[in-house]
Amino acid sequence: MGAFWTMVRRDLALALRTGGGGALGVAFFVIAAVLVPFGVGPKPDLLGVIAPGMLWIAALLACMLTLDRLFQADVEDGSMDLLALSPLPLEVTVLAKCLAHWLTTGLPLLIAAPLMAITLNMPGEAYVAMIASLALGTPSLSMIGAIGAALTSGMRRGGVLTAVLVLPLYVPTLVLGALAGNAAASGLDASPYLMLLGAITLACLPLCPLVAAAALRLALR
Amino acid sequence: MNLNIENLRCVRAGRTVFAELGVGVDAGEALILAGPNGAGKSTLLRILAGLLRADEGDARFGAVSLKEDRAEFQSHLLYTGHLDAVKPALTVSETLTFWAQIYGAPRDNVPIAVAALGLEKLADHHVRTLSAGQRRRLGLSRLALIDRPLWLLDEPTVSLDAESSARVAALARQRCESGGIVVAATHIDLAIPSAKTLDPAAFVAKPKEGIMNADDLVLSGDAW
Repeated sequence: MGAFWTMVRRDLALALRTGGGGALGVAFFVIAAVLVPFGVGPKPDLLGVIAPGMLWIAALLACMLTLDRLFQADVEDGSMDLLALSPLPLEVTVLAKCLAHWLTTGLPLLIAAPLMAITLNMPGEAYVAMIASLALGTPSLSMIGAIGAALTSGMRRGGVLTAVLVLPLYVPTLVLGALAGNAAASGLDASPYLMLLGAITLACLPLCPLVAAAALRLALR
Repeated sequence: MNLNIENLRCVRAGRTVFAELGVGVDAGEALILAGPNGAGKSTLLRILAGLLRADEGDARFGAVSLKEDRAEFQSHLLYTGHLDAVKPALTVSETLTFWAQIYGAPRDNVPIAVAALGLEKLADHHVRTLSAGQRRRLGLSRLALIDRPLWLLDEPTVSLDAESSARVAALARQRCESGGIVVAATHIDLAIPSAKTLDPAAFVAKPKEGIMNADDLVLSGDAW
């Protein structure tokens, strides 16, 4: 257990010191959300309707942006060889890296999301459901993303391929997240969607590290 | 414990790197991998580390089989590759503390590891500010940090000065003297008295007897 938190702390330290970790993801999220009114035009009613979906799409893309370095840096400098040989199972290493990724990407999005919701004129009733959906859904983005990042970790330019591999897998999370926001905005109960989002994240918890670790072992050959 | 490599075969990209490679190394002995570039030295080391799968054969450390119980086999070995596996953003002592915790080594080993390759003055420096040779030394100081009986060293002395190379050789010697095994691909003399030398490229499958190629058939044509 100690080694797990050591791994999390090390990845957090690296993300914070090398910059480009959390701050960059949030900046991207903000810009993507701000671009929507420019594209759609100054129509507050329309913006309010599409706000939950737009926030979720911006969150997906912001999450994607930081995925490619999740394993690639460690594979390139040889650290992954030593991590794979360590007593800490590779699956646990992957989970620790996902947690660090979520803490530097998903968590800051939660904090920035209310501000962006105002920009997009999201109805007041939807705020709680929207934040809850992001809180429950974004951990699954980091974990599903880890599979794509692991598959492309041995490639020089895997970034775009990661996006192509991972974005389709994000669809269920996106649909349920946007539905939760929309349901609350129209005065309906959002809890079924939130529970399903939680279920996706819980299912990812054991599955994604298994798959990502298998992909990493292939990348190290 | 002794290391037994049995009938290893490795094919990469359609080319047989080596085949029927077998050698036994007793506790306290060293195995030096020699041979030209591309002879399969790194490949053999990565197979022994369990990072690469052999197409055939097995290696045993004591009674533990690499093929059957990879995790247990790996828990006895320490591998250092071409790459230093260090992060520019961490300091020297942070790097070693991290690896000590990941490998379950006591934290008290960190100062010992720092001293083993003469990094005392650099302990609080960021790896970013170190030279290539200093990074190499930091990577190799894991040998003094983590206590494992089987060492797999891939060109450990590349970009090291004479003094540091001598320190690495001394560490390897100590490992052998304390009953460990060192398998190293290196061109310097580690001065280990009980060292065997092996060229992986010398182990290639012999062509099967009784099968002749087309040219032989033509040449032997005037027999009838």
